[in-house]
Amino acid sequence: MTQFTGAEIFVKSLLKLKTALIFGYPGGVVLPIYDELFKNPQLRHILVRHEQGAVHMADGYARATGKVGVALVTSGPGATNTVTGIATAYMDSIPIVVFTGQVPTALIGNDAFQEADIIGITRPCVKHSYLVRDVKQLAPTIAEAFYIASTGKPGPVLVDIPRDVATNKSTFNFPEKVELRSYKPTKSGHQRQIEKLADALENSKKPVFYVGGGVISANAAGELSKLAKHTHTPVTETLMGLGSFDSSHNLHLGMLGMHGTYRANMAMTDADLVVALGARFDDRVTGKIDEFAPHAKIAQVDVDPTSISKNVKCDIPVVGDLSDVLKKLNVAVKKRKVPWKSKTKEWVQQIDEWRSSNTLAYKTKKNVIKPQFVLEEINKITKGDAIYTTEVGQNQMWAAQYLTLTKPRTFLTSGGLGTMGYGFPAAIGAQAAFPNKIVIDIAGDASIQMNIQELGTAVQQNLPVIIVILNNGFLGMVRQWQQLFYENRYAYSCMEHQPDFVKLAEAYGAFGARVTKPEEVAPAIKKAIKLKKPAIIDCVVEREENVYPMVPAGAPINKMLLA
Amino acid sequence: MRHTISVLVENKFGVLSRVSGLFSGRGFNIESLSVAPTMDTSTSRMTIITRGDDAIVEQITKQLNKLIDVIKVSDFKNEEYVDREIVLVKVNAEPNNRAEILRMTEIFRGKVVDVSPKTYTLEVTGSEGKVNAFIEMIKHLGIIEIARSGKVAISRGRRTLG
Repeated sequence: MTQFTGAEIFVKSLLKLKTALIFGYPGGVVLPIYDELFKNPQLRHILVRHEQGAVHMADGYARATGKVGVALVTSGPGATNTVTGIATAYMDSIPIVVFTGQVPTALIGNDAFQEADIIGITRPCVKHSYLVRDVKQLAPTIAEAFYIASTGKPGPVLVDIPRDVATNKSTFNFPEKVELRSYKPTKSGHQRQIEKLADALENSKKPVFYVGGGVISANAAGELSKLAKHTHTPVTETLMGLGSFDSSHNLHLGMLGMHGTYRANMAMTDADLVVALGARFDDRVTGKIDEFAPHAKIAQVDVDPTSISKNVKCDIPVVGDLSDVLKKLNVAVKKRKVPWKSKTKEWVQQIDEWRSSNTLAYKTKKNVIKPQFVLEEINKITKGDAIYTTEVGQNQMWAAQYLTLTKPRTFLTSGGLGTMGYGFPAAIGAQAAFPNKIVIDIAGDASIQMNIQELGTAVQQNLPVIIVILNNGFLGMVRQWQQLFYENRYAYSCMEHQPDFVKLAEAYGAFGARVTKPEEVAPAIKKAIKLKKPAIIDCVVEREENVYPMVPAGAPINKMLLA
Repeated sequence: MRHTISVLVENKFGVLSRVSGLFSGRGFNIESLSVAPTMDTSTSRMTIITRGDDAIVEQITKQLNKLIDVIKVSDFKNEEYVDREIVLVKVNAEPNNRAEILRMTEIFRGKVVDVSPKTYTLEVTGSEGKVNAFIEMIKHLGIIEIARSGKVAISRGRRTLG
């Protein structure tokens, strides 16, 4: 049998898994693998500027495509730099595989140069991890890593490869099928539970579908849309669920929770049935948990049994893959002779009434750019045909509230971990997957500075990501909390010195424009789209604009502060 | 409420730290934990004693099941299982108390497993209550050191984990 080095096996395995792209950064112990990548240019490698960027790019690629994202870094600091990226993917259940180099097996534990126990460091934030100690195990481990990352509740898997494993030789024993006795995720939902859920829908007068990222990761948005329209049931989404239901439809409630819409939070509080679909009752969604959906029976569909009844006790649990369960649920509701439309007629009327209060309206000011206005301008330009990423803070919440999202996998944001610096590298990952799409990172002036070095990556790879900075010169959300809850004491939330973002863009070879008047916003963005190169549009916006509605942390979600 | 949870895991590098890390990371408490390979050396069995209300223990068992290397989890309910613990107790063995030590050990059906001019080391096996009672009874004789195994448990009748 032909023998291959571990590095050759690495490349052959990735090609076998149809990996198109690796985001990475070379270093000492991964040089044997990089040498093999040099010889196999069909496996595209994107050189990043910081390993955190590589992981967010792999994550953005995975969110935009549904495929497994791949990052490759060296040992020690290369590996520790991936931790925030891995934790981000873990909290949002994103399928990525991170390969880290490790010092030779004989040196592990000796505090060798660039040695870090990355398995130990990342243990609480990976779905699973492997230290490959024998080259014979390399191909089976890579196959398992991809299988585990992408099945069940997806998540990041780390594979640590010591240098000697990359140079030792073995046959190429890549398994055709992965079978693990200790890991058998439930795919198929239990029919009896699904019938119970259908009964509950039949008997409910005020039902709500509360939709999370699980619907997107299971590619179940089509089934959801059918179900909601057939049963005439309103849909609210979490931050992670945005894009799973057409935001222009009259059953659409928008986001719920801390910065959710008035109608979504009122509907949750008034509902008699809440059906959670791939959502996990996060504290930002529930607000004060004892007063969350007080009149509702709770049904929950999730592929992950630990999500069920974790925060809110569930009356009708269904464990299974969302696409399978919703397909069966669609069959089950169609069998029932229910006048669905008239049954929820009053409920939908009530919701329309709440909608008419239009709590997302904001005051315009002459010659001042309102951040919300920038997002509305973007909607007009893209007509929803774009992939958006966000940083974290006010920019993220405004993006969630104001962008028109009609398709899943078009709104990529760090929901669980709330990682500033996520949006730009994630946008590069999405753009690498879809070179011809418009990809826009909605950023703040603070967040963007956390991974701005990746402008080098975007320019080198000619990935025309457009960064739109909503520049208020503050850590905006921190300032908002300080204003509302700390009596205007703005403790270290103001960056008094900012770089010149236009010059910065130009220094990297990107396009930069600064806009200070409302009428300049659209032309600048259009110009960036036309140029087809990476761009920063630095929008100087109203400095102390707040995100409303807002539910103060720990308050019930129907007690909203309104603008 | 106190729970005895038996966990069958892959006998692989790092599994113990994944299990213990899960408890510490999620704020679950471990009263005792014992682990050793089973008849099939590719698997190990852990017995974990933990405390929590029903919702917490439900989360613990679900989270354990979610670990990739965990094959099976069983939360033993009352009367469905037997559990035992072993304790090794090193005591001062002076001429005036040696007879008393031996009598106590006999009453608890223990054994003397090591003898030195000044010490006895005693072994007692039994339920946790019995082990506690034994320690209580010989405390006044001068315990130098004790080592307890933590409980191991197995279900009654034909039921198995594996």
